[in-house]
Amino acid sequence: MPASRLRDWLLLGPGLLWLALFLVIPCAIVFCFSFFERGVYGGIDYIFTFENFQRAIDPLYLSIFLKSAKIAGTATLVALFLAYPAAYAISKAPPNRQTALLVLAMLPFWSNYLIRTYAWIVLLNREGLINTGLRDLGWIAEPLPLLYNEFAIITGLVYNYLPFVILAVYSSISRLNPEILEASEDLGAPSWKTFLRVTLPLTMPGVAAGSVFIFVLSIGNFITPDLLGGGNLLMVGNIIYDQFLTARDWPFGATLSFILIGIMMALLFTQAILVRRAQGDAPEKEEANA
Amino acid sequence: MSDQDRTVIRIEGVSKRFGPVTAVDSIDLDLRENEFFALLGPSGCGKTTLLRMIAGFADPSEGRILLDGQDMTPIRPNRRPINLMFQSYALFPHMTVAKNIAYGLEMENLDKADLNRRVDEILEKTELSAMRNRKPDRLSGGQRQRVALARALVKKPRVLLLDEPLGALDKKLREQMQLELKRMQHEFSITFVIVTHDQEEALVMADRIAVLKDGRVAQIGAPRDLYENPADRFVAGFIGKMNFFPGTVAGTGVSFAGQSVLTGDIPTGLSGEAVAAVRPERIKLSVEQPAGDMNAMPGTISEVAYHGQDVNLHVTVDGCDDPVLVRVPATDADETVWHHGGKVWCSWNPAHTRILAA
Amino acid sequence: MREFKRFDPTRLWLAAHLRLVYVFLYVPIGVLMVLSFNKAGLPTVWSGFSFEWYGKLAENAAILSAARNTIVVAVISTILATLIGSLLAIGMEYRRRGAGLEAILFAPMIIPDIVLAIALLSFFTLLEVTLGLHSIILSHVVFNIAFVCAVVRTRLRSFDWSVFEASIDLGATEITTFRRIILPAILPGVIAGAMLSFTLSVDEFIIAYFTAGAGQSSTTLPMQIYSMIRFGVTPEINAMASIVMLVSFTLVIAAQRINKESVTG
Repeated sequence: MPASRLRDWLLLGPGLLWLALFLVIPCAIVFCFSFFERGVYGGIDYIFTFENFQRAIDPLYLSIFLKSAKIAGTATLVALFLAYPAAYAISKAPPNRQTALLVLAMLPFWSNYLIRTYAWIVLLNREGLINTGLRDLGWIAEPLPLLYNEFAIITGLVYNYLPFVILAVYSSISRLNPEILEASEDLGAPSWKTFLRVTLPLTMPGVAAGSVFIFVLSIGNFITPDLLGGGNLLMVGNIIYDQFLTARDWPFGATLSFILIGIMMALLFTQAILVRRAQGDAPEKEEANA
Repeated sequence: MSDQDRTVIRIEGVSKRFGPVTAVDSIDLDLRENEFFALLGPSGCGKTTLLRMIAGFADPSEGRILLDGQDMTPIRPNRRPINLMFQSYALFPHMTVAKNIAYGLEMENLDKADLNRRVDEILEKTELSAMRNRKPDRLSGGQRQRVALARALVKKPRVLLLDEPLGALDKKLREQMQLELKRMQHEFSITFVIVTHDQEEALVMADRIAVLKDGRVAQIGAPRDLYENPADRFVAGFIGKMNFFPGTVAGTGVSFAGQSVLTGDIPTGLSGEAVAAVRPERIKLSVEQPAGDMNAMPGTISEVAYHGQDVNLHVTVDGCDDPVLVRVPATDADETVWHHGGKVWCSWNPAHTRILAA
Repeated sequence: MREFKRFDPTRLWLAAHLRLVYVFLYVPIGVLMVLSFNKAGLPTVWSGFSFEWYGKLAENAAILSAARNTIVVAVISTILATLIGSLLAIGMEYRRRGAGLEAILFAPMIIPDIVLAIALLSFFTLLEVTLGLHSIILSHVVFNIAFVCAVVRTRLRSFDWSVFEASIDLGATEITTFRRIILPAILPGVIAGAMLSFTLSVDEFIIAYFTAGAGQSSTTLPMQIYSMIRFGVTPEINAMASIVMLVSFTLVIAAQRINKESVTG
């Protein structure tokens, strides 16, 4: 029916156009840039080359990638250990309170990222609340080096993305059919075994979604290493920033961005497969009712 | 009742294809003035697709649909004097009962007084006046169904289409609503076309039934016709319970299990593989072999199920994989003989045997 | 489910853990808010309650102009994104189409900001677009569309589309149906989506930073905050942080009130 086709275009057209123009094409441009040479005065010479990719796997940059991955990975693990029990506790709260608890957990996530990061400078610096507090208690003589190191970066990343990880895990746990857990108990499993053998495997999709989210946003992060790393601990995001705004080597910056997106897509793809596998043998609440 | 036979909707060679799938396959049907018509069939038989084509939400791939002789194809669903009662009822969740009902009239640009009068009238007739200011989520399933009905009927359509209208209700309410729908149809004198997969529902409510299978009409007729004279094995098995005895056509009947011949009317031209079909309530049970011109066979009772007014017995006989189902009134059931493992004879009058192609 | 209570150490541990997580989430924010009233402006020593820093804020021309720019960007990008994103959500849910589109919509939420920022900068530079507030607006609409669309789609997921056909069946046109049936159904989602989109836009830093071009005329509040953090912390920042957070929290809670599932998806 032509009328319904027209309606489809009216509904989807503006969004498609906008996303194509300001998302797909810009990303495609970055992709193309990564194969060109840097111009003498910081512009781009349109000469095809693989040089940027060769440079990206140079030990110098490779080690930055690895360090970024290590920091992001640590932040992911810490966040999971904090988030899973928290999400589990929320899911065990009375149903009428769960939403409020969840909103409470999500609220900081919606506030300004810079401010949230800055708050940790206030807490962690040499004259910050934690150091002065510990000194006043007489537990330390010299201030602990809490700021401008990996510890600070990881703390900042965990702090900023923890709410989302809680949400992701919670949505997986809350979708669990409670009868499945009761069935496990009924079959004689003690609750810790039910947790390990039933709950945990069935909530892996949420764990995977939350992990991929925090890992991807951490590895490409710019603000946190910039502010909490004190500019001396570089991560991929900082290098990209430098290539574009300081070194003015756009092709190389584009290459690094492209590699970052490549890593991200690989992770999302793995996660999608994990979720599909889990859904294949996990009857969730909706399906059980259908 | 003279205009009872006048055709309201004529369906002419209508087909609907979705890609390689043919959902409706060249159907011809006439729907008459003031009748309660049922489209009956298992899921996937094309009945809902046909209904949606009449309503205008799907276009036929071939053929046309005429309303009072006028081709409906170019007319959009919002301009057709036909209304549909949706399976989910599709009540507008943000509007009260009265607003839901008024909605369709507002589209006709009636003046306010006239509109209110008609809304009040239908609320009265459907006994919903007390609910008029409630929103759908505050209604019971049966009340929602009545609002959906009122919302469609208030437009005084030429034809009301009902898509599985009772599917969401429990058994008791369903039976009550079946009678209510019938009453409404009489009261409003509108042609009702109902889609259902429940043969009992169709038998109870409809004046005429079209049994659909794989997008084609298997048989059209009054409920009694379909029950007593099914045109083929599918209709025989789909409407009510039926016992089938497979065999080959021989003489005046079907030779069954290589020995006895079950006699009955043989349709002209039928030969070779066939089944003899008989309804469970037509079969009599006896301890002795019955005398006279009866179709009869010995067997063993394998199951006795008490249903209150009836007792259903399963009798295992030679030559038939499925046990023979026999229904006898509970008042006639002789428990001393008719128990598990009891040896009995099943017999019935050849006049009650239908012989059908296998 | 389980009516009888018994001593359950796991439960106690879970409850304690949850409280600690909330402490972890709220202490840093709370500290900033408390310090914004600290007279001496020192981060560690409390020297008395004062509104002084809020007063200083109101006199700071750079901050005021940044605040104005931020509001301009947020309002315009929110209006555009709400329109486009809601239409997109309706189109996707009604037609049950767009698995590919789904991936593209997901991208702005998961692509590192810095990558999106340089991509947009490259795009604008290539087209020789002068940078300024307008380029920030165009860029912010991208991720705001994604969020509005997500919130409205969640709202529509439980929507019974047969009411759309029911309305047509009762004689309404598609336009009337949209106005009287679809819009009232999605309105809470649309409003909530708009509020969240506004919040995101007010808080967004990196993309704005890259697509703003030079000069105070297109500096937004987060850019101002960044330079204050980066190049010498002044106590005013605590006051400003408190105001910005309060605005965000109010909007987010209001959005949640209006549309039950908007914040928690």
